[in-house]
Amino acid sequence: MSRTATLTISNLAKDLRLEWRSKDALNAMLFFALLVAVIFSFSFDPTAEESRRIAGGLIWVAFLFAAIVALNQAWARELRNQVLDAYRVSPGPANALFLGKALGNFVFISVIELLLAPLFVIFYNLRSIGPAYQLVIVAVLGTWALVANGTFFAALSLRTRSREVMLPLLLFPISIPALLGMVEGTTAILTGESSPRLWINLLLVYDVVFTTVCLLLFETVLHAE
Amino acid sequence: MKSSFLIYALVTLALLSYALYQGMVAAPTERTMGEIQRIFYYHVPSAWTAFLCFIANFVASITYLVRRNPKADAIAVTTAEVGVVFTTVVLITGPLWAKPVWGIWWTWDARLTTTLVLWLIYVSYLMFRRFSTGQQTATLAAALAIFGFIDVPIVYMSIRWWRTQHPKPVIAGGAGSGIDPEMWSALLWNLAAFVAFAGLLIWVRYRLERTRQQIDEMHALRALASTEGTLTR
Repeated sequence: MSRTATLTISNLAKDLRLEWRSKDALNAMLFFALLVAVIFSFSFDPTAEESRRIAGGLIWVAFLFAAIVALNQAWARELRNQVLDAYRVSPGPANALFLGKALGNFVFISVIELLLAPLFVIFYNLRSIGPAYQLVIVAVLGTWALVANGTFFAALSLRTRSREVMLPLLLFPISIPALLGMVEGTTAILTGESSPRLWINLLLVYDVVFTTVCLLLFETVLHAE
Repeated sequence: MKSSFLIYALVTLALLSYALYQGMVAAPTERTMGEIQRIFYYHVPSAWTAFLCFIANFVASITYLVRRNPKADAIAVTTAEVGVVFTTVVLITGPLWAKPVWGIWWTWDARLTTTLVLWLIYVSYLMFRRFSTGQQTATLAAALAIFGFIDVPIVYMSIRWWRTQHPKPVIAGGAGSGIDPEMWSALLWNLAAFVAFAGLLIWVRYRLERTRQQIDEMHALRALASTEGTLTR
């Protein structure tokens, strides 16, 4: 196994272990997304037919906000005890750090989605008319789109004033096509009116393009002086 | 340096005046839209100028990452600022034109939405530069600029699949498209004038940014010198 792969796995394992012991990010995200779901239902109060049309938007906006909570914390523990500085001077490839971190965030956000998806189904009386297995494809591609760029931008905003505010300001504009793909894809599947194929392709292209850019630029960002 | 700047500024002024005459007087009045169509001579050149600025920003950002030359960074920040200004002009003249012609201020069509997203991306880029602290700002901003630029075509395609109302490209859109030769000349004069004007703004802003960089450098050197002094003492 290559050095990058070994290091990626050990980074990922370390993040998962730390999260498993503290459950800080998971608890915060879970509660946050739950609050968003409840507040949305107060502000819309939709019928079953309407809710099928707007659910795609509601679900993804809730998960997007929840993801910001986790992504903002993603690099915080590397700052304590100068872990990030130690990594910088070590010969380990920078991309292993990035991939490990991004995969870790992907796991956390996927867990949140799995836990909260049933809740959305109950709150909004959802029933998919199109093939429901496609929702999994949209969710996986969409979550990766948020997480890859989110992890990268969180690393960028580490070195700014008021970094917690900075992350959404950077991530939201660039993520607009991915969000559009997630929302439209989900709506297409739930209403069964059109094929989500186009949106799945869009997410695929977005993922490939931006994952490549992240991997190309992460080393530069990590070692920026 | 001073005299070449003065000559350039005078040429730009002359171009702007002549383009104003071309757009307001020389160009024929459009048949269905009437006088309101003359906003075309400001709307379209602003959009093209803004795109040129963002292309320059992209090239300067890559150059900075490769060469680490602070001049490239100064160009990146100035072109982004001027690009945002011209995009703002596009976003203001657009609704002013749309209201009498389409009957609505705004619609979520591919090009309008893409322009809005473009504006959002570069405003977030400028905000990042503003909030960023320390020496790495230039490097991090260059990385961000690359993300932003690559995103634009993806945004455009995604929103095109979503919906569309803006007229198809009028100028080279196949059979039946095309504009009067005199409108062409007014458009091109205005385009030249706007690009020259953007160049003028970039020039002024670039000098300012270079001065700021040099002052920062001097402060850093002085701080270094003073610590050395305390060490030897």
